[in-house]
Amino acid sequence: MSRITREEVARIASLARLSLDDDESQRTTTQIGAILDYVAQLAEVDTTGIEPTAHAVPLRTPLRADRAQPAMPPELAVANAPQREGTAFVVPLVLDGEES
Amino acid sequence: MRGEALSPLDGIPIAIKDNLVQVGEATTCASRILEGFVSPYDATVVERLQAAGAVIVGRTNLDEFAMGSSTENSAFGASRNPWDVARTPGGSSGGSAAAVAAGIVPLAFGSDTGGSIRQPAACTGIVGMKPTYGRVSRWGLVAFASSLDQIGPFTRTAADCAVALRAIAGHDPRDSTSIPEAVPDYAAALTGDVSGVVLGMPREYFETKGADPAVLDCVHSAVSNLEKAGAKVREVSLPHTKYGIAAYYLIAPAEASSNLARYDGVRYGHRAASPRDLADLYHRTRSEGFGPEVKRRILLGTYVLSAGYYDAHYRKAQQVRTLLRRDFEEAFRGCDAIVTPTAPEVAFRIGEKADDPLSMYLSDVYTVTANLAGIPGISVPCGFVRGLPVGLQILGPLLGEATVLRVADAWQRRSDFHLQRPPEIA
Repeated sequence: MSRITREEVARIASLARLSLDDDESQRTTTQIGAILDYVAQLAEVDTTGIEPTAHAVPLRTPLRADRAQPAMPPELAVANAPQREGTAFVVPLVLDGEES
Repeated sequence: MRGEALSPLDGIPIAIKDNLVQVGEATTCASRILEGFVSPYDATVVERLQAAGAVIVGRTNLDEFAMGSSTENSAFGASRNPWDVARTPGGSSGGSAAAVAAGIVPLAFGSDTGGSIRQPAACTGIVGMKPTYGRVSRWGLVAFASSLDQIGPFTRTAADCAVALRAIAGHDPRDSTSIPEAVPDYAAALTGDVSGVVLGMPREYFETKGADPAVLDCVHSAVSNLEKAGAKVREVSLPHTKYGIAAYYLIAPAEASSNLARYDGVRYGHRAASPRDLADLYHRTRSEGFGPEVKRRILLGTYVLSAGYYDAHYRKAQQVRTLLRRDFEEAFRGCDAIVTPTAPEVAFRIGEKADDPLSMYLSDVYTVTANLAGIPGISVPCGFVRGLPVGLQILGPLLGEATVLRVADAWQRRSDFHLQRPPEIA
């Protein structure tokens, strides 16, 4: 039995904001299934009471003085936007019924 | 302006991997999704290299977003290995490795998340180093897996590597994971003397299924040579090694799925034409912009972080990561450096592993553990198998770069593999 179904792949694709065509969905299901089969070997490791590692080099979160510092000017920050108006990013309508 | 060199790197032409940002230059990460992006700021390493007088002459190809071990997963096409153009240069920093191996530049930079500097260095017969996590600022490195990514140099010699590392290492307040410790003069550690240095050989690395025995022979022969030079060699054990790839391919895609959520067609890069609504904009922008391997890892990462799978996969992998770290801590109680092969085989043919992601992932079996444990590692040339270069990997404890470089340099003083050139280039 495969460890992941096409329906589950479709669900995670939607969570990840990706659209897969039929062919991609079939291939991805097989390939992710094979990877999940491989990583299933971790189940044989006894990890009872073992703390998880998120970062390998333990450092205390550094804090800096709460003082304003120069930031990127807004014109430069939006310069790469595929669509912009002035210093704003343009996106499609998010809420219904606001069209004037 | 007094006619004095700014630093040992003054005037040196260098290349940087195309995932390091530079003011006014396109940064593509070899992805269509960054189409048209021109960086408004400099990476810390770029700032430091330019201040040292280095001249950036080019940006090098990579696997898209540094995801791969062959530099084939690039929107611009595959990079090739100067030793045999039918083969890959390894990856993901294959462009930087090939540029140094072909003699185009004497120094290039890459990033290493699971072996992406060391494995291509091995495949192309040069030196490549991944420093301790946090030794080099990640500011301006396009994020793949933030707890594993680290920038490092490609050179011909460990001596050049020592100079290049010193130029880029050190604390940076813009990277909260940057280590505050002072940077030593690595070049001063290169005495050529290894007498009394204890080298650990992890038995698990030499018993790996699928490793080419001829590659292992080259590594054994290099270690014997260092032993003759006065190093002490002892067997060590890293018992969780066989779980490294599995832990890595849960943790790295999980972090990637989160980091790559930012590519939404709004702030920079590719944007799908005439979106119906915001959801349509996101879906089509991302589906058009990302290549197959990046999509695969985003999906895998989203899966392992999703409700119901988090504990069994992501948390479990992080616990195994703790065990891998402890393996190294234990091993370094009995030795100064660990010596292993860098990759289980020599450079493979273009297309050979393209349809089998898992077999591609296994190319990193010897390198991912250093990223998971945060420790430094270098690959140095140690032989040829069927005319293709083999790499010796030397690993050190956290912030043990000086020892790693000292052993690598001592080996290069006693060998000439790094002096050989690809036949068509020599």
